[in-house]
Amino acid sequence: MADQTNIANAARQGWMGLLARAPEGALMALWSKYDARPDFEWLRSPEVGGVMVRGRTGGTGAPFNLGEMTVTRCSLVLNDGTVGHGYVQGRSKPKAEAAALIDALMQTSAADAVRAQVISPLKDQMENAKTDRAAKAAATKVEFFTMVRGED
Amino acid sequence: MSTRTQFSGGFQNAPVDAAHAFRAAMTVMARPGEIRHLTGGQPPEPLSVAAETLLLTLCDPDTKVHLAGAADTDAVRHWLTFHTGAPLSAAADADFAVGTWSELGPLSTYRIGTAEYPDRSATLIVECDDLQQAGAVLRGPGIKDTARLNLPDVAALQANAALYPLGCDFFLTCGDRVAALPRSTQISLEV
Amino acid sequence: MYVAVKGGEKAIENAHAWLAEERRGSTDIAELSIAQIREQLSLAVNRVMAEGSLYDPDLAALAIKQARGDLIEAIFLIRAYRTTLPRFGCSNPVETGEMACDRRISATFKDAPGGQVLGPTFDYTHRLLDFKLAAEGEVSAAPEGQPRTEATPHITEFLKGEGIIQDEPASDATPGDLTREPMEFPANRPLRLQSLTRGDEGFVLGMAYSTQRGYARNHAFVGELRIGKVAVEMDIPELGFAIEIGEVELTECETVNQFKGSKTEPPQFTRGYGLVFGQSERKSIAMALVDRALRWEELGEDNLGAPAQDEEFVLSHSDNIQATGFLEHIKLPHYVDFQSELELVRKLRREAEERITPKEAAE
Repeated sequence: MADQTNIANAARQGWMGLLARAPEGALMALWSKYDARPDFEWLRSPEVGGVMVRGRTGGTGAPFNLGEMTVTRCSLVLNDGTVGHGYVQGRSKPKAEAAALIDALMQTSAADAVRAQVISPLKDQMENAKTDRAAKAAATKVEFFTMVRGED
Repeated sequence: MSTRTQFSGGFQNAPVDAAHAFRAAMTVMARPGEIRHLTGGQPPEPLSVAAETLLLTLCDPDTKVHLAGAADTDAVRHWLTFHTGAPLSAAADADFAVGTWSELGPLSTYRIGTAEYPDRSATLIVECDDLQQAGAVLRGPGIKDTARLNLPDVAALQANAALYPLGCDFFLTCGDRVAALPRSTQISLEV
Repeated sequence: MYVAVKGGEKAIENAHAWLAEERRGSTDIAELSIAQIREQLSLAVNRVMAEGSLYDPDLAALAIKQARGDLIEAIFLIRAYRTTLPRFGCSNPVETGEMACDRRISATFKDAPGGQVLGPTFDYTHRLLDFKLAAEGEVSAAPEGQPRTEATPHITEFLKGEGIIQDEPASDATPGDLTREPMEFPANRPLRLQSLTRGDEGFVLGMAYSTQRGYARNHAFVGELRIGKVAVEMDIPELGFAIEIGEVELTECETVNQFKGSKTEPPQFTRGYGLVFGQSERKSIAMALVDRALRWEELGEDNLGAPAQDEEFVLSHSDNIQATGFLEHIKLPHYVDFQSELELVRKLRREAEERITPKEAAE
């Protein structure tokens, strides 16, 4: 039972994190094509706030406060009682609403459809963008070669 | 409303609802003895609507809240954490405490502030069975001549007022109604 | 003496209107969009985020537009906005070891695992004005290599293996927050780092440079400098577990400093640390140097009386919003204060004259 919960939580962590980091345009473009939007009621309407981001001294030591970032969050409930939470970077209330609805749907029988139409293509887009940057960084890696060695 | 979840019972329109509630809370605190209505969402048992609305309006992650007696349930804890982010605490550390008079326990448990910072004191939300402008006589700032309010424990509240400028402040809640008793109010039994 | 004056409302209103017009500049020229500022003036945006202490590129770009490019004014706008945000909580400390590095260099080890990755740097440009840019040229796509997928380890990890560098043991202590509690001295290292990371780039740079010129010299090497994105994770009470709530671009600098040892510590390398929002290389190196200079006491070094060793001096003067607020307030009406000054100087003159005049009369 506990293992089941952990697996479910890990999966949920995955899609919530993806939705939080997703560029708003990319998420909304995919979400707007998803037809079966369910009815819902707000548990907590979208609100914009800040989260204090922390670092560690020397990268590994004691925590310190680095500065804040903007985050928008909301929570809602579907008619069947499924609760969805949205926590997204930035100040977009529509993005937070989409994230909370997707979070709720991913816990229902609609999960496969939402994964296929929204989560998977979004993940691909974001991974491609990340790989592109990594490839450009790799092209700027210095290849040292020795000009002269030894005395003979 | 159809589906009740452990997260239900917040403001539907937080900025507007909280502004109305704050205005009411400020008014009753500024005019001891006056009674106002507070309406929020649907509080988890056993909180009154008025107590719920006060907590939603006044608490945030920087205010420690003590849930006394029957108010200390899983449902209330979850509700408070979700909607306000306020950390729960023991009575001695609390910025706000909520419960019936007997559940809240002796006033000496709560913070009364310091000479440098009299504001570092607790505000108690006292859930009452009855709230009416009758009984003890109130005098002091915000009161023209005198006002009346039925108080849970006149002697203890008189002792609190004697600590002024230190001491606790009180909201008295009953259903959707609220009154307040700041530490600056003098209390007597006779006119 | 008290002089009450009123007025100026109309003048202020008109000044605001003119300010808006001047901000827009000539309407013959296309207006700047927020997205243009965010994408094409990204290092200015980064500075406003770092010193405004709020990571939100669109907001920083808006602030720059509104401030007509005056970055301190833009930082002021961001600081003011920041205070209106309810705080949802604090993140778990970011894992910079997991950073997706755009740039990662070391001045100490040529062959560090992960390599020397230059990234989009100004370092090897010739600092010659490129007049092609004046003619709006399109740029070609940057070349691509084989992308690295694994995390790049921190350079200091290698020295740690040998036990030759001072350790940074992890802790879960809750750090003080100078945006909530006023700074008190002595401040601890987490508070100093918070103050430095949001401090004025020019001030922190000047302080760091002073240590290099000999005021509390501490022989810094850039052990590592890395720039890239890290995920930000926060515990969510209603879920009962942590999720990523976004990602931020950071610049991290670790200096490795020669240390001859003290009464309490053996000879070893010590460290200074800089971590700043965005691509802010100069600022993060400067921060690391100043951090190291401020650590003299915990490392048992001598106080040489250098400005960069003086915590009160550095931290009290690093914030450009505090500084500019106090500096610029003296241009605002001080009619009353000055009236009393005027009275005083006139009185002193009268007294001085009276002291001289009777003498002359007697002669």
